[in-house]
Amino acid sequence: MTRLMKTRLLAAASIFASAAMLPASASAVDLEFYFPVAVGGDAAGIIERMTSAYMEENPGVNINAIYTGSYADTTTRAITAARGGNAPQLAILLSVDMFALIDEDIILPWDDFVTEAEQESWIGGFYDSFMANSQTGGQTWGIPFQRSTPVMYYNKEAFAAAGLDPETPPATWDELVEIGQQLTLRDANGNVTQWGVRIPSSGFPSWLFTGLVASNGQDGLANDAGTEVYFDTPEVIGALEYLVSLASEHEIMAPGILDWGATPRAFMDGESAIAWTTTGNLTNIRNNAPFDFGVAMLPANVRRGAPTGGGNFYLFEGSSDEQLQAAVDFVKWATAPEQAASWSIDTGYVAPRADTWETDAMRAYAEEVPGALVARDQLAYAVPELSTFEGPRITQIMNDAIAAAIVGDMTPAEAMAAAQNQADAVLAAYR
Amino acid sequence: MRREWIHAGLLLAPALVLLFAFTHLPAIQTVIDSFFSTARGRRPSVFVGLANYERLLGDAIFMRAMVNNAIYAAITIPVSIGLALAMALFVQRRIAGRAFLRMAYFTPTVLPLIAVANIWLFFFLPGFGLFEQLRSLIGLSPRNWVGSPDSALYAVMMVTIWNQAGFFMIFYLAALQTIPDSLREAAAIEGTPRWVFFRRVIWPLLMPTTLFLSVNATINAFRMIDHVFVMTQGGPNNASMLLLYYIYEQGFRFWDSAYAATLTVVMVVILAIVGIGQFFLMDRRVHYK
Repeated sequence: MTRLMKTRLLAAASIFASAAMLPASASAVDLEFYFPVAVGGDAAGIIERMTSAYMEENPGVNINAIYTGSYADTTTRAITAARGGNAPQLAILLSVDMFALIDEDIILPWDDFVTEAEQESWIGGFYDSFMANSQTGGQTWGIPFQRSTPVMYYNKEAFAAAGLDPETPPATWDELVEIGQQLTLRDANGNVTQWGVRIPSSGFPSWLFTGLVASNGQDGLANDAGTEVYFDTPEVIGALEYLVSLASEHEIMAPGILDWGATPRAFMDGESAIAWTTTGNLTNIRNNAPFDFGVAMLPANVRRGAPTGGGNFYLFEGSSDEQLQAAVDFVKWATAPEQAASWSIDTGYVAPRADTWETDAMRAYAEEVPGALVARDQLAYAVPELSTFEGPRITQIMNDAIAAAIVGDMTPAEAMAAAQNQADAVLAAYR
Repeated sequence: MRREWIHAGLLLAPALVLLFAFTHLPAIQTVIDSFFSTARGRRPSVFVGLANYERLLGDAIFMRAMVNNAIYAAITIPVSIGLALAMALFVQRRIAGRAFLRMAYFTPTVLPLIAVANIWLFFFLPGFGLFEQLRSLIGLSPRNWVGSPDSALYAVMMVTIWNQAGFFMIFYLAALQTIPDSLREAAAIEGTPRWVFFRRVIWPLLMPTTLFLSVNATINAFRMIDHVFVMTQGGPNNASMLLLYYIYEQGFRFWDSAYAATLTVVMVVILAIVGIGQFFLMDRRVHYK
């Protein structure tokens, strides 16, 4: 009884206290901030804790962090809000949405809000491969934050069982085929009980495919201005032929379209001994895989290569200068070494700045989880993800073409030629 | 007299306002939008006449979606209704565990389609899904159900049928309860075979329900796409693309609202024709009491 009274009194007191504080915060700068959650884990809780920590340090700023679903939902919501004259100040959206947002005329470049010194020290401090999808026309439109890159996870126990060295993952395309054949196990009826490799092809197949294209010697699939795509080059067709051959010729990958979302599960259940997926799944697999696993860079053909992916901070038009400056200050704080390190450790995203990797927390983490370092080191070979004007439409054209080749509707060369024609027709308006 | 008119008007006003604001105005706006180009931030919308409709005729994915939707409707509608009738006839009899059976048949309808689709996705997974494990028990080779163009659409249909048949069953069950027992007794005295009794008595009496359900199933065939988002996203290579999913993709992924409006007009026209046709054609064979 007394306990109940106490809680009630406390509740009443806290309501009173917050009411009393209202006048003080009324003069504060209010910021709205949309964020998506695209990987497992408690990313939403982590963002909440981050914003409240910032508000404690900066009583003059009031950040309303709004969880807005998946990346696609968040983009939809941000564009709809901006069209309705009600844009947030900040949002985390896919880095590849940059051209779409410029085309909609709803985002602002960051350059106007930073001093010349900060151009160098802050914007210049991000890895170049992440800035490739964040800058165009000499201006910076996105600040890298929840960024990722695909890596190859492999089952060390399956390697040992097949008589392979668990510390030597395949480093080239040929080795992947060779090792994949030894890892593909069949039962007495000839049915496969364990596939050698799994490169998922639903969801965003063009992303992983960009990794194959990069290893085959081509820097990404589009130009920096987002107006040209290079789909029908020999490098791209060769990469697609290789991807198709894994299932059709070498029979080390399951045929048909392989689900993106079920990939961690397929790997952890032993359905596939090697799986390609985002570093964002590292924490999930580390916590749940019942066996010892390794993380390796994507295998090379003529060279190593991988795409970058994930989300950037965007600054939206339609707010007062005071709000925008406050928003920029918050992003500076969020990408500072300490904050970025704890964000990276908690989520598995790749810390986007070199100085973050030099913090004590990050060093300890890298020692404990060497897989995290693989992602960072792979950045040296990274190419931008496919990003153009009408980005979703162009990406969909690419995805359909990849699917058509995988399921055998078209040959890789036909599929890529068709995709090039369709993409050219769409992009003609932007040249 | 005038007072009554005012009363009537006031009572109708809320419904009319809502109907116009949220149904009729958007419908008219959609038709208007379909004659304009999509506005981008830097390029305003301009009148383009029938250009969007011309584009539609040359759009291979749109044609694919129309064909897919036709197959989808042609299979899900009769199968769901047939299954619903069979289940209703089965659980209407006095059998052990009747309440449990009825509940079991109805459960799929109560579950949200998104959740259902996620569960089915795991049933279908090649290698370790439920179907695969059943197939491997009898020694069949694994199949990639949702990942092959020749089975993806059927995998999606299966979820639709499973989801809506239970709901339709409830309507048949209700209709069956209203058929007087005396008819069955009279037929029994005459020595009517059960099949003839069903064909001559029960089926005609169920006609209004069947009409209602077929209208509903048709609308569902165009309207229920939640599971497409989860299971196939219209793939592989548009093998399971349905019209409404295509509209969503154009409108909210590609931000081409003018083209999405054009597609919507097509869909509304199709639904209107189907709905009107069903009422006029089947009306003659329906016995209302």
